[in-house]
Amino acid sequence: MAAELISGNEACARGAIAAGLTFFAGYPISPSSEIAEALARLLPANQGVFIQMEDEMSSLGAVLGASLGGAKAMTATSGPGFTLMQEHLGYAGLAEIPCVVVDVMRVGPSTGVPTAPSQGDVMQARWGSHGDRATVALVPASVPEIYQMTITAFNIAERLRTPVVLLYDEVLAHMRERVELQPPAESALWERPRASAEPGPRFQPYAANRELTAQLPNFGEGYHFHVTGLMHDERGYPTTDPETVRRLMARLDGKVEPVPGWVPPERYRLDDADWVFVAYGITARVAREAVDRLRESGVAAGLYRPRVLWPVAPGQLSEQLGRARTVVVAEMNQGQWADVVARYRPATVRVLSQGKLGGEPFTTEELLGLAQELTAKGATVL
Amino acid sequence: MNPGKALLRPDMMPHILCPGCGHGIVLNVLIRVLARRYASLDKVALVAGIGCSSRIVGYIDANTLHTTHGRALSFATGLKLARPDMTVIVVTGDGDGLGIGGNHLIHAARRNVDLTCILFNNETYGMTGGQLAPTTVTQAYTTTSPYGNRERAFDAALLATAAGATFVARGQAFRPDLLDDLLDQALDHRGFSFVDVMTDCTEYFGRKNALGGGSDLLFSQSRSDVEVTRDLNEWPQLQDPHGFAIRETLAMGVLHESDRPTLEAVMGLSGYRRGEG
Ligand code: SF4
Repeated sequence: MAAELISGNEACARGAIAAGLTFFAGYPISPSSEIAEALARLLPANQGVFIQMEDEMSSLGAVLGASLGGAKAMTATSGPGFTLMQEHLGYAGLAEIPCVVVDVMRVGPSTGVPTAPSQGDVMQARWGSHGDRATVALVPASVPEIYQMTITAFNIAERLRTPVVLLYDEVLAHMRERVELQPPAESALWERPRASAEPGPRFQPYAANRELTAQLPNFGEGYHFHVTGLMHDERGYPTTDPETVRRLMARLDGKVEPVPGWVPPERYRLDDADWVFVAYGITARVAREAVDRLRESGVAAGLYRPRVLWPVAPGQLSEQLGRARTVVVAEMNQGQWADVVARYRPATVRVLSQGKLGGEPFTTEELLGLAQELTAKGATVL
Repeated sequence: MNPGKALLRPDMMPHILCPGCGHGIVLNVLIRVLARRYASLDKVALVAGIGCSSRIVGYIDANTLHTTHGRALSFATGLKLARPDMTVIVVTGDGDGLGIGGNHLIHAARRNVDLTCILFNNETYGMTGGQLAPTTVTQAYTTTSPYGNRERAFDAALLATAAGATFVARGQAFRPDLLDDLLDQALDHRGFSFVDVMTDCTEYFGRKNALGGGSDLLFSQSRSDVEVTRDLNEWPQLQDPHGFAIRETLAMGVLHESDRPTLEAVMGLSGYRRGEG
């Protein structure tokens, strides 16, 4: 593999092709448009379909239609467009339609600061659509990882028949890094489950397999079945029966539970750390440098970098942070994931939220300054 | 008996439609046409939005997709481009297809993807309780126009034609024979075909405007004097007790037909084989 210098958005497009993408629908929005531009070029040459839709609702709608026809399908957008896609994210979750949605985060709310970086869509990815729903959101922190994680996103989406959100910010989107892209082996690509029953009047598309995942065939394969955004039973037929609704919701929640185990967090100098940064995406890169500098000055610092923001594995989080005394959650928002860490922290750990707004990434100096300030106040034991 | 009856899903019954609702007649015609045209519905998908009319796809034993409000055409576009070998039929209502989903309708027409879009036009939002629709005629009463509608209604067929649909027709629940022929032609057509089907919401629109029951509404679609004829046809002028016009006069039959390559053909998608019937 030859080394190349490519941007995060290009890595995302290339990763999608490597994962077997055959359908992309999107609507222009900075800072994600380069993904669509790259795929407009790449997809027709790879027996795929690219279409620019009239808005973000229809982009994800087209993706879901294509996915039901058997395509590996994706769309890419940024904050305002991600907001418009929320209804279809809820639909895809409930109807169990595999898809990947890339959200390149920029400063919000509203048009915000186009197109300065932010990590402000963390909670939108979790709770953006109405109702409760299971969610999978991955957060890469480098250009090569965007490539890899786009492939992973497809794997999870297909295997669990669920929408998977890939969240990264404008800096990663436009930053160029040297990569050697390693296309995955065929065996490293996960497929959606196949229907285990024969077509016929008794066929139940929403009967789950052992991974709690529905086994819908693709449309046009000889099975006749119904897909709806209404609460449904195993036949896919609408229901208002409270018990059936509760069972369905519990299954959808349960099926995404293994995801944090499949995409484990990065633990950097964490084993003996009592001062821990929790950071993801671009912020983790800065925090990593701050950890090294703190170590040089004798502070036992470490970094916990989640690569899955949703769902949260409470056990994983409390176990890995168990040794720490002070945990600082640094993120380019007002503390959206800090609340999660605080909720699942071990009782002995103190959690501080350090948010940053305004469209600028953290600097190492800022994180070091924060550490000094807190240390001076006796926030941690050296 | 309608040979299409075998295409229904008996375990989905009873259906949700109110007694006297015109939608059942349209469904009846649709399954009759499907049964005649297709030996099997394995490769036929019916995609709908949200509303009373959109519910009917669930009653047909095929590949059926009940999507979100207004967005059926976008799902259908994705499905058709991913699976050009399939016949994709969109069922929508006037609120669904012309209100919240109006943007998707004009773009689907412009793209000329080979879809057949059947719009059940009852001039109101039935499922939510009879509110003002973009198709409600001026002065008509709805639950959100208690003083009469101050706006002007869309002519769905003109809109679709202007946006680039390559087959545009209008039928009515009152004339199943004509509707049968129009749906058949729409499915024959290669490209975006659009059929505006005038039907009735007895429960709300009919009641609000004191138009009588289901059969009164249905017969009000006919012309009292002359036989309804194909290609050149008009809605009767219907007045409420105060003398206001409830229905505008609209042309019926095939209103527009043109030949333009489909998006699938321009994209060179393989497996594209619509029109074989
Ligand atoms: S509410 Fe109106 S449109 Fe809906 S089923 Fe009843 S009569 Fe038909």
